[in-house]
Amino acid sequence: MTEIDVRLERVSKFFGDVPAVDDLSLDIAEGEFFSLLGPSGCGKTTTLRMIGGFEDPSLGTVYLGGRDVTDLPPYRRDVNTVFQSYALFPHLDVFENVAFGLRRKKVGGKDIGQRVRDAMSLVDLEGFEKRKPSQMSGGQQQRVALARALVNRPKVLLLDEPLGALDLKLRKQMQLELKRIQEEVGITFIYVTHDQEEAMTMSDRLAVMRHGQIEQIGAPELVYESPATEFVAGFLGASNLLDGELVRNQSDVATVRLSTGQDIHFPASKVPSDIDTLVKVGVRPEKISIEVDEGEPPAGANWVSGLLRIATYIGVSHQYKVEGPGGTELTVYVQNLGAEEAPAPGRKVRLTWRPEHTFIVKPSAALSPEEEEE
Amino acid sequence: MSALAQDTSIPSAKDLAPVPRERRRRWTYYTLPVYSSAFFLYLLIPITFMVVYSFNQSHSALPQVTSKWQGFTTQWYQQWNGVPDLTPAFFLSIKLALIATVISATLGTLLALALVRYRFRGKGATEQMMFTNIAAPEIVLGASLLGFFITLNLPRGFSTLLIAHVMFCVAYVTITVRARLSGFDPMLEQAAQDLGATPWVTFWKITLPLIFPGILAGALLAFALSIDDFVTSNFVAGSSVTFPLWVYGAVKVGIPPQVFVLGTAIFSAGLVLAVLALVFQGRAKKARPEPEEG
Ligand SMILES: Nc1ncnc2c1ncn2[C@@H]1O[C@H](COP(=O)(O)OP(=O)(O)OP(=O)(O)O)[C@@H](O)[C@H]1O
Ligand SMILES: [Mg+2]
Repeated sequence: MTEIDVRLERVSKFFGDVPAVDDLSLDIAEGEFFSLLGPSGCGKTTTLRMIGGFEDPSLGTVYLGGRDVTDLPPYRRDVNTVFQSYALFPHLDVFENVAFGLRRKKVGGKDIGQRVRDAMSLVDLEGFEKRKPSQMSGGQQQRVALARALVNRPKVLLLDEPLGALDLKLRKQMQLELKRIQEEVGITFIYVTHDQEEAMTMSDRLAVMRHGQIEQIGAPELVYESPATEFVAGFLGASNLLDGELVRNQSDVATVRLSTGQDIHFPASKVPSDIDTLVKVGVRPEKISIEVDEGEPPAGANWVSGLLRIATYIGVSHQYKVEGPGGTELTVYVQNLGAEEAPAPGRKVRLTWRPEHTFIVKPSAALSPEEEEE
Repeated sequence: MSALAQDTSIPSAKDLAPVPRERRRRWTYYTLPVYSSAFFLYLLIPITFMVVYSFNQSHSALPQVTSKWQGFTTQWYQQWNGVPDLTPAFFLSIKLALIATVISATLGTLLALALVRYRFRGKGATEQMMFTNIAAPEIVLGASLLGFFITLNLPRGFSTLLIAHVMFCVAYVTITVRARLSGFDPMLEQAAQDLGATPWVTFWKITLPLIFPGILAGALLAFALSIDDFVTSNFVAGSSVTFPLWVYGAVKVGIPPQVFVLGTAIFSAGLVLAVLALVFQGRAKKARPEPEEG
């Protein structure tokens, strides 16, 4: 990793007695595309606003480029923000909107013209300079907001759900465009979203937040393949979780004994250090293969058997709901290769997956109804 | 129709000309226009009377307005400043209204900003005071102000007039500016600061331009209120004589036609300003049409 660009050191923010951000520490490297992901109300915006200077931390320190900026107002920080509502100045045309930051820095008139034009072409909006923001579509306004921030060449760009107001198609398109722009300009992006797919496709690293704290931080693959907590496993994609007890026996293979007495094996390296004996083992639905329960289970693989309840044909895949050990509902996705016949509901089936696709998590407190909605 | 009847083939719907329909008009159709016209007449008759009679001839030694039409003349417009004390009174009123407008527009805007932006002790009380100020009978305000000035031992004159006028104008400015501010997205100011604008620059570049129409409307209202105020002014004017005070004094002896001339001038200026404001707002709206769907 290169230089640390943004560092939050044990930062908390209280509104009244309630912590919106609770003792959070975070390092973000220069040039990184970093996402803050989490359910509504978990403190993403508050975290971002403390980096931007719009909110004073109640405790802790904020560093930008190694410098303590905790007490600096927004206009003295070298970061720019793309607001969720865009916040374009309605009385100024697009050119003046984009030029606003440059004029504050007393950049010369010729340079302003050039840099605004560059920024406009970066976001593909040449020729719109004379329009008022209200004369543009949502996606165009979003790009003006982006140009208005990028034209200042900040160290860090903060984006608070910038695509939230766009429809799905435009959203997908803008995701690609944002990623392209970020790679082109090489600025650190801190991106807030509650859309896990968006965070996964765009980020170099992401942090999953809950209740003002970071549950897990890492590359999207890592967080997806080896979620650290039950909450992360459930928030990032679908997952199947089974209660069990951790049995520490051998050095490189760990074992969890399910309530049915069956053993699930996986590489010992996947056991988090600070875990109790009561755990949950998990596997992603697409990692499982399903077959009618007959004959010997394959050696070396993990398996459980259950009753097939529902089989749904989705086109690209088949989706199965299986009643597994202890009545737990398990989900299986099978790619529709058209080769084998789908098992029929009511059959006893066996679910098989490889040990290295198994993960182990700490059980989390139950989700609040608000989080369930996500 | 006959051509159609002879045609044996049935024409498809799009070949037919749309059938003109007699619009059935019930009497309710006319109520709104009639009511509106009556209302405008009601508003306009006194003004029309004033404008028309400012061109009326008068043959008496001491010219006065009468309701009898005596022939057209522009004499009073040529001699608009022909009445000794009327002209200074008129200019005093203009000067008073201008200064009161500037002061109350400034104070009113600041008060509106404070009321919308901040929570502070006494915020509710301030708002109550504002509405009380508007709702209270002017005669009560005038009388109590006079008592107040006497207690303070302030000599009555231009300064007391100004204080009084600012007092009753501020609330109106505050209310119009506040209405404008409540539709103002506070994120805009944060965005400006994010882009490097200090709070001071943010105010001048973002906040002020966006709330200016509200300030302008409030200021026009303040000017209109100030220039024709009689009741409060009567209490606190001391020996100063404003235009309304002079006119009131003249009623007993007869109003010279110049009063109508000056009244017409004030009315015309108001009309021009109102039209300008409309054009100004219309242009602002045109530059900001509703965003297209989709
Ligand atoms: N100005 C404020 N005053 C009081 N409480 C606040 C304020 N701002 C945020 N909060 C509270 O702090 C918590 C975190 O809010 P925040 O806006 O950071 O959430 P978020 O993760 O951005 O959620 P969302 O995805 O809905 O935008 C919430 O419970 C919220 O109610
Ligand atoms: Mg938010």
